[in-house]
Amino acid sequence: MTVLLRDIATARSGDKGNRLNIAVVCRDPRHYDALARQLTAARVAAVFAARQPSAVMRYDLPKLAAFNFVLDDVLEGGVNASLGLDGHGKSLSFLLLDIPIEIDAHEPRLAHGSQHQTV
Amino acid sequence: MAQTVFIGAGSGFAGDRTDAAGPVVDALMRCDGPRFLMFETLAERTLALAQLARRADPSRGYNQAIERFVAPVLARCLDANIRIVGNFGSANPPAAARLLAQAARRLGLRAPRIAYVEGDDLSGRLTPAELAARETGGRLLAGAPDIISANVYLGAGAIAEALDRGADIVVTGRVADSALALGPLMHAFGWKADDWDRLAAGTLAGHLLECGAQITGGYFADPGIKDVPRLAEVGYPILEVDAAGGMVVTKPPGSGGRVDRQTVVEQMLYEIHDPAAYLAPDVVLDLGDVTVTELGADRVQVTGARGKPAPETLKATVCVDGGVLGEAEISYAGVNAAGRAQLAAGIVLERMRQRAPSLAIRVDAIGVTSVLGSAGVIPDIHSSPNTDVRLRFAAQAADAADVTLLLDEVEALYCAGPAGGAGVRRHTTARLASASCLIERRYAETRVVMLEDAA
Repeated sequence: MTVLLRDIATARSGDKGNRLNIAVVCRDPRHYDALARQLTAARVAAVFAARQPSAVMRYDLPKLAAFNFVLDDVLEGGVNASLGLDGHGKSLSFLLLDIPIEIDAHEPRLAHGSQHQTV
Repeated sequence: MAQTVFIGAGSGFAGDRTDAAGPVVDALMRCDGPRFLMFETLAERTLALAQLARRADPSRGYNQAIERFVAPVLARCLDANIRIVGNFGSANPPAAARLLAQAARRLGLRAPRIAYVEGDDLSGRLTPAELAARETGGRLLAGAPDIISANVYLGAGAIAEALDRGADIVVTGRVADSALALGPLMHAFGWKADDWDRLAAGTLAGHLLECGAQITGGYFADPGIKDVPRLAEVGYPILEVDAAGGMVVTKPPGSGGRVDRQTVVEQMLYEIHDPAAYLAPDVVLDLGDVTVTELGADRVQVTGARGKPAPETLKATVCVDGGVLGEAEISYAGVNAAGRAQLAAGIVLERMRQRAPSLAIRVDAIGVTSVLGSAGVIPDIHSSPNTDVRLRFAAQAADAADVTLLLDEVEALYCAGPAGGAGVRRHTTARLASASCLIERRYAETRVVMLEDAA
């Protein structure tokens, strides 16, 4: 079945100059393998094609059930040079969260919603 | 030796809340062991602006909010021996130290022992050409422009030394953000400068704390899918670190926010490049074996940081004049707002092609309810009709006159543009361009000064 990345993972953007990183963290570690297969650097590069990244790297962190994507030269010069409102790229993780991912029937379907208990 | 060291975050950036530290200090007062409160308030741009302020007035150049950050908690910190470490000295740590001494006097408190750290400012130590030769990942400095600021990221050693010498408050300029936590840990546990795994753990601790609420539910909430309880009262983080370098992330009891695997891992990877090689002045941190375990409500254990020997060079940030950014906005709302906005954008771009053909112009179309709402009413964003476009035009140039041409064209739309053009705002901002350099360690002449010893 098809889900959106945001259904099974969370993401956070960070910047260093003209370089963007997006951390993708599985909500349920059982989705790690599905993302490792499908959420390739090439696929992430395609999402950001309009920003013409000069390089996209994926770093795998299986013990954290997370991936770190590093996209070079996508911040239009970064916070000190961009003409845009978001020179930090803080909003850009939400572009990634909208992409479809196929998961198997035996994998948890949706890890939606807060499992956090208020104390 | 201490069993557990407690470090709270009082702020995560220069513009952070000045009332965040209070609940953190209240919680630290109930902890048993060495306790520290760290303030991170220094970004690249902040430091360059501080450098400009110091040039204009040698008594300035530190974070102007320093007193608002520290004064509300200073009495409790001095009473409970919670020691404060902050990079709010910016471009002028001695002046910031003096200001804090005055603040303590004014509040009627005992005189704190204040130390400041110098040595990050490279001005006079390297010429513009020498800096240009050390630039990485760009050629901004190639023409040897006027250098506004050049600061090297110092490590944690000086902070540890200041605490060893009894400082209640340590004021720094540019240090690695993570050093604000690593320094106290080196001091409290006696960690050696080549104990790479422990230095890595301390660096990770600092990295987890350096953005304040970003690990306790800030920069995280996405309603319906990532909910955060009582985000308006989010508690800032506290780390409990043991002598082996294991740590527990938590927050003040009763505060808002959440601490769980998700918030901790998101922040752990924030602004990270290669997770196996996070470069800090004191160590190279490898996150590859780190594990994160939820121990209970708002308590998350982090273990497994590995360290490799410190890099041979230190990173420095060099800022030069970046020209002027000009921005102007105008709104179109109601029926056919989109058509009128499109027409307006075309008019401005057509006229600018004639008046300043080489100026690159960006146009953004912003819109939910930019002009038709009412004061005191929070707009119902979910159900607003899609009939509002606020155009934003932006350009940057070395000369302010060039961007002023654009701002004038946007303002002229009031009378000469499409119907109903409303709410023009225009603004220019001086910009700073920054470059990164790798500097040999001998240029960082780190020095710890106790304020009482300074003439």
